[in-house]
Amino acid sequence: MSIPVLKFDAVIVGAGGAGLRSAIQLSEAGLKTAVLSKVFPTRSHTVAAQGGVAASLGNSEEDHWRWHMYDTVKGSDWLGDQDAIEFMVRKANECVVELEHYGMPFDRTDNGKIYQRPFGGHMSNFGEKPVRRSCAAADRTGHAMLHAMYQRNVKAHTQFFVEWMALDLIRDSEGHVLGVTAMEMETGQIVIFHSRATIFATGGAGRIFHSSTNAFINTGDGLGMAARAGIPLEDMEFWQFHPTGVAGAGVLITEGVRGEGGILRNSEKERFMERYAPNAKDLASRDVVSRAMTTEINEGRGCGHNKDYVLLDITHLDPSVIMKRLPGIREIGLQFAGVDCIKEPLPVVPTCHYQMGGIPTHYSSRVVAPQNGDPNAVVPGFYAAGECACASVHGANRLGTNSLLDLLVFGKSAGDSAVEDLKSGKAHRELPKDVADKAQARIAALDNRKDGANVHETRLAMQRVMQTHAGVFRFGNLLQEGVEKILEVEKAARQLEIKDKSLAWNTARSEALEMENLIEVAKATMLSAEARKESRGAHVRDDAPDTPEFPNGRNDKEWLKHTLFNPVDNSIAYKPVTMQPLTVEPVALKTRSY
Amino acid sequence: MERADYERLRWRCIRRALLELDIALTRFLDNGFDQLDEAQQQAFVELADMEDHDLWSLISGQTRSENPRYAPIVALINKR
Repeated sequence: MSIPVLKFDAVIVGAGGAGLRSAIQLSEAGLKTAVLSKVFPTRSHTVAAQGGVAASLGNSEEDHWRWHMYDTVKGSDWLGDQDAIEFMVRKANECVVELEHYGMPFDRTDNGKIYQRPFGGHMSNFGEKPVRRSCAAADRTGHAMLHAMYQRNVKAHTQFFVEWMALDLIRDSEGHVLGVTAMEMETGQIVIFHSRATIFATGGAGRIFHSSTNAFINTGDGLGMAARAGIPLEDMEFWQFHPTGVAGAGVLITEGVRGEGGILRNSEKERFMERYAPNAKDLASRDVVSRAMTTEINEGRGCGHNKDYVLLDITHLDPSVIMKRLPGIREIGLQFAGVDCIKEPLPVVPTCHYQMGGIPTHYSSRVVAPQNGDPNAVVPGFYAAGECACASVHGANRLGTNSLLDLLVFGKSAGDSAVEDLKSGKAHRELPKDVADKAQARIAALDNRKDGANVHETRLAMQRVMQTHAGVFRFGNLLQEGVEKILEVEKAARQLEIKDKSLAWNTARSEALEMENLIEVAKATMLSAEARKESRGAHVRDDAPDTPEFPNGRNDKEWLKHTLFNPVDNSIAYKPVTMQPLTVEPVALKTRSY
Repeated sequence: MERADYERLRWRCIRRALLELDIALTRFLDNGFDQLDEAQQQAFVELADMEDHDLWSLISGQTRSENPRYAPIVALINKR
């Protein structure tokens, strides 16, 4: 069967913030640009971002990119590459102002400037006091950003392929990336997108965990495709968690609930935070609270049938206070826990929120991979930006409002790099003869397999293994068991079966294809986490505790390096962290404390 | 509703921008949608076409729609 081939200068997979931003650069440069998305662009998960975008505009008070850089390096627990971080924070103002010119309705000060608010971890004068650096559009920053950039793309004649699913990366024998195979969901038709530049902006993979704040769409499709094409994944052990997501659902319960007097309790109704943080108690920092919750659950004092959550109790508060000061919380409890929080405590669990690792990139957003002794050799024709990429600016932990900045700066950078690389007018490279074999074989296997594994059961098994064995607080023995268990789940994920064989709108097939991506990410996460024998940023191990020799459990002598997980043979290599910024002195190593 | 129309609607419910809607709409599709008459199903299709923040505001009771056809559907989505 012959497969249609569509030729573009550039193909972008993903139409969230990073994809739309890179598409603007390419289309406005006059290049024929396609954007593929599983959903309509303004329904991408960027919509959920509320906090704002960080830029040292200094509209409300003095600010400087060097202070923003310091905060980001410190937040990353020194795992972020300082050249990429300098690049990002210095580009921030330009990117925010461009967005303003695209029509983004930022909140304003009385004199008409972009209003800026404080946000956790952003400080003035190298950590001295909080600074107002976040630019927002009410509580719909991500939503407004996507709309502004989508309109700009329409004006620039970007071609959108909506409700299309990318299946696999196309590489030739020399390793050049030549586009993707993709499936139109409406027809089931497989098409080859043959391009001179291929940009992945596919977002994160937070759905590998049982409890995740991520929408169902975050299935790590770009990481799965990269892994199947032999590209290693960087720093996948680092995931940011929030202490209070609704158990079983993941929907966030704001920290404001504990601020208003909410108390965490175990199965014995004990206010357990008194033991872990006698002074701050339930208002201790996110990581302390998350670790305490995990310890309670691991030691058998969790609640419910499976003893796998704790309770957030506000039944002692005046109902009028709950309704007035915590709007929406009662609805979240009713809708997602079946609990009226005025009468009963809410079941909560530490919940995955953001993926710091990803496809390794240079700050130009060109994808890099080890080759002939160079750990950062460019993969020709391939670019990545946003949560799916690892530049690495977030290192071991991300600061709030730096994620929207990441997708603006590196989305633009991906577009600029592709425009520059295509300037020479290089032709489309010839497609390999077996170009669509891999994607077709995956589809055929799903259609023909009998007595295979159920997609939903396999996904649930993966999510439970990840939550139990590689959650917010990690234990050496649990990680070792987790490696065995996730490799078992992988066997099932390689043998998925679907009952529906229809071509048109086969959502069962789409979910199975997503599952094949998720398992690549889950495996990379578990094996990378097991291997890193220190605590750093969001990766906290019980067997790497806070000691005078290793404050916070961080061991710079052995572990100041990036993980590169090779999905082909499950091996792990490491590469150095770039400590030298572009133009200024490095931010010197020190203990991370707030 | 034809199979392809239903499956397209299903995809547009199970792949939202907001997790809250993924859960609420998936649950309703699995428990309740097939009991709607044709006009009600059409009203649900229109609701599912709304922007995520606007739809979640309706479902969580923070706003109300002026369209009288939507309130009964929203009530059914919220019926637990």
